[in-house]
Amino acid sequence: MSQEVNLHGQSEVITTHEVHHDEHHGHHHKETFITKYIFSQDHKMIAKQFLVTGIIWAIIGGLFSVLFRLQLGYPNESFPFLETILGKWAAGGKIQPEFYYALITMHGTVLVFFVLTAGLSGTFSNFLIPLQVGARDMASPFMNMLSYWFFFAASVLMVSSLFVQTGPASGGWTSYPPLSALGDASEGSKIGMDLWLISMALFVVNSLLGSLNYISTILNMRTKGMSMTRVPLTIWALFFTAVLGVLSFPVLLSGFILLLFDRHAGTSFYLSDIFLASTQKALPNEGGSAILYQHLFWFLGHPEVYIIILPTMGLVSDVMSANARKPIFGYMAMVASMFAICVLAFLVWAHHMFVTGLNPFLGSVFVLLTLLIAVPSAIKVFNWLTTLWRGNLRFTPGMLFAIGFVSMFISGGLTGIFLGNSTLDIHLHDTYFVIAHFHIVMGVSAFFGMFAGLYHWFPKMFGRYMNNTLAYIHFWITLVGAYLIFWPMHYQGFAGVPRRYLDFSGWASFNQFEGLNRFISIVTIVVFAIQLLFVFNFFYSMFKGRRVTTQNPWQATTLEWTTPINPGHGNWEGEIPEVHRWAYDYGKDGRDFIPQTEPVSKTESPEGAH
Amino acid sequence: MSTLLIIAILLLGFIVVFQIAKASEYVSVLKGEKKTFEQNNKINGFLLLAFLILGLIGVYWCNELFKGKILGEAASDHGEKIDTMLYITIAITGVVFIITQILLFWFSYKYQYSEKRKPYYFPHDNKLEIIWTVVPAIALTVLVGFGLFYWFKITGDAPKEANVIEITGKQFGWIYRYPGKDKVFGKKYYKNINEGQLNQLGLLWEDRAAQDDIVTNEAMYMIVGRPVKLVINSRDVVHDVGLVHFRMKMDAVPGTPTTMWFTPKYTTAQMKEKTGNPDFEYEISCDQMCGKGHYSMKGIVKVVEPAEYLLWLAKQKPNYVMSNPPAETAPATPAAPASDSTVTAATEIKKTLSN
Repeated sequence: MSQEVNLHGQSEVITTHEVHHDEHHGHHHKETFITKYIFSQDHKMIAKQFLVTGIIWAIIGGLFSVLFRLQLGYPNESFPFLETILGKWAAGGKIQPEFYYALITMHGTVLVFFVLTAGLSGTFSNFLIPLQVGARDMASPFMNMLSYWFFFAASVLMVSSLFVQTGPASGGWTSYPPLSALGDASEGSKIGMDLWLISMALFVVNSLLGSLNYISTILNMRTKGMSMTRVPLTIWALFFTAVLGVLSFPVLLSGFILLLFDRHAGTSFYLSDIFLASTQKALPNEGGSAILYQHLFWFLGHPEVYIIILPTMGLVSDVMSANARKPIFGYMAMVASMFAICVLAFLVWAHHMFVTGLNPFLGSVFVLLTLLIAVPSAIKVFNWLTTLWRGNLRFTPGMLFAIGFVSMFISGGLTGIFLGNSTLDIHLHDTYFVIAHFHIVMGVSAFFGMFAGLYHWFPKMFGRYMNNTLAYIHFWITLVGAYLIFWPMHYQGFAGVPRRYLDFSGWASFNQFEGLNRFISIVTIVVFAIQLLFVFNFFYSMFKGRRVTTQNPWQATTLEWTTPINPGHGNWEGEIPEVHRWAYDYGKDGRDFIPQTEPVSKTESPEGAH
Repeated sequence: MSTLLIIAILLLGFIVVFQIAKASEYVSVLKGEKKTFEQNNKINGFLLLAFLILGLIGVYWCNELFKGKILGEAASDHGEKIDTMLYITIAITGVVFIITQILLFWFSYKYQYSEKRKPYYFPHDNKLEIIWTVVPAIALTVLVGFGLFYWFKITGDAPKEANVIEITGKQFGWIYRYPGKDKVFGKKYYKNINEGQLNQLGLLWEDRAAQDDIVTNEAMYMIVGRPVKLVINSRDVVHDVGLVHFRMKMDAVPGTPTTMWFTPKYTTAQMKEKTGNPDFEYEISCDQMCGKGHYSMKGIVKVVEPAEYLLWLAKQKPNYVMSNPPAETAPATPAAPASDSTVTAATEIKKTLSN
């Protein structure tokens, strides 16, 4: 399509496209409801499936946090309605310890894996990779469909574990053995733990099928002219994410399989010298190491946090550049720092294990490598700041969330410097400081990045806009609320308040925060309610939102905005466009933006000049 | 009823917000898209600046509010090092935090959309990139340097004169063992554990060194000013010995003993005076998720003067004597302590709660 038309005659193009569209369908295979919406092989529909499943999981996971915050904020009060809903888990209107631990375990599992891995990567990799590199679909649409359905199966199993009599897994989202290996040590380690493990195994399959597809699509299916140095940063970010997933998830699976063996086949990979008070019996297992599991778990567990944060770094870079009307600053430095993060991600896992009895010398090596990650992270932050500098900023909801992301990433990143330093970790390990750190840096930040992406690409996904006023309310309350919830937790951490305690009244050292705990719980409920407002806005706008009438509503340079407003399976009518330049020609030579598809003219200043 | 009321109010709130949002969309159509955009942009630009200012005030206020509730004076030599390291890190990261957050929100405010402004085409600058690679690298080198200096001091070998105490975690409580007069811990094997016979740790009575070992659930006694080395074990799942006042922490892993050492600076009595709290006790918290009683797995450390320590030690009976009472007294004595060592999780939780 020619640029002239793109710039000046939007409406004309659309009419011709609609005509084309109908013709296209005329001689194309008929799509039934099932092939279009359920067993779809269209990457855009699969992305939406991941997204909607992710949203449902986010509501469930968020609701769990509201329930346990009720207990933390009001440890002495009873809520009869809880007993009505939850039965024996909230006998007498009070959340029982077993159930409290089930709630925190499920909250962690659901949000880390089901929402911020599958919901995030699944949505944006599937949606944006073919559209931004200029491909008709994924390398293997069928494998892509399988990937979603493995995720769905994992979800069904995980939900079903909530309804078994002994309750869902309750050993924390990390599920350290021997607690998670022995049904006699904890109710949640009975059938609930088996369901958890099998569900997670299916989840790993989903992740691998997806990631292999993302990698092969990015490497092999870029359109003519789309060299790797011209792809948007989102694509680089999703590429590194997929590589991390492929290399680390299998290790997690191996750890889980050994755990299943220990649970059911009488092996002793993780078990040794155990006497259980509940049965008054010594177990036969000798010679295993509980620490082995922690190594296997964190070998995924740490890359996992980058699997969560890298995609949002990409999304934020693109949303920020488009709305600052200015190229992203330091494209190559951004790619290099993501590469550095990707490599270092595999070399820092033991910083979760400084106080497990790890050899102190080994610990010191991990301190060095861990704090090294702060360098590429700092580069990224300064590059974002410079991107804003002397821009012409449009505060669309996507842009606001991108700015909020950077703020959160700075706050949470800096506290990582505390925890990565083994000396401080001795005091801060497993306290509220850790909770504050990782919720800000990978929970809230990742959600902000995801919201930035959703608000920005919603018009491409559904051909409609979301309501701006609701979006602004959503942004401001979430930003302020997130800081109000997590900022004071750093102080609880300094005071050494341990995680995973449901009641501090028995502790003289930790009971000085009663008022604060209540305050945090109230803010949590408000912030959760506002997320429901977002969900409402999302689904309402999907059907009733203002229609998108121009092909390129944000005046962005990237390829996805050259497709029809509602692209069919195959994305482009006719030829896939050819690419002539990088994705960030905003404000060059006095022009607002130059799409990637526009050939470089002779009079143009050379690339990179300023 | 009140639940229903709250739900009704929430729903009503939602509807009101939604109607306002819907109406604003119509207004924007009437006013023209461009004008609405400019108005929204101004409002959000202003809010970003307001958030920065209020946020920084909030950070200061939060600090004022809580600084008295955290980090009382560290009660061990290692704790002092950790606190120093903490202040160094807070200083460095604090400066970075304030500068970057101000830049972020100030740029957002200052460079908000204006029809007149031409954005500056500035795709890269190697000099700048080098600056913000090198400066953080130097700052981190300083932090790593200090951190590892303290880390090796803290995790280095315990001095020879250190008192050795064994602490073992179980669901949900702590067992303390002292080596007795011979200063040697006797052998133990977990399959020998027999709570009915008061052998909580599975000591092997045929080993003579085990016969004078003292085992107690009451409290961990240590001498002020004397280094103490803890040998940490677990009997079932992974626990963690958390000593918040000493700023120390170490996992208890079944099958793999771990150690830590430190020198307590103040006796419990001195801490009662320092904190002005007559009920002050050094608490041991379990810091690693260990099951439903995790939150109530409390232990007590008593730091005492040497004389008081000897007095306490003299009163303790070796575990061997309690577990193998002379035949004639056998039926009478074990009843009371036996019930104590087989407490169920539930009663233990109640006990801690009532403390």
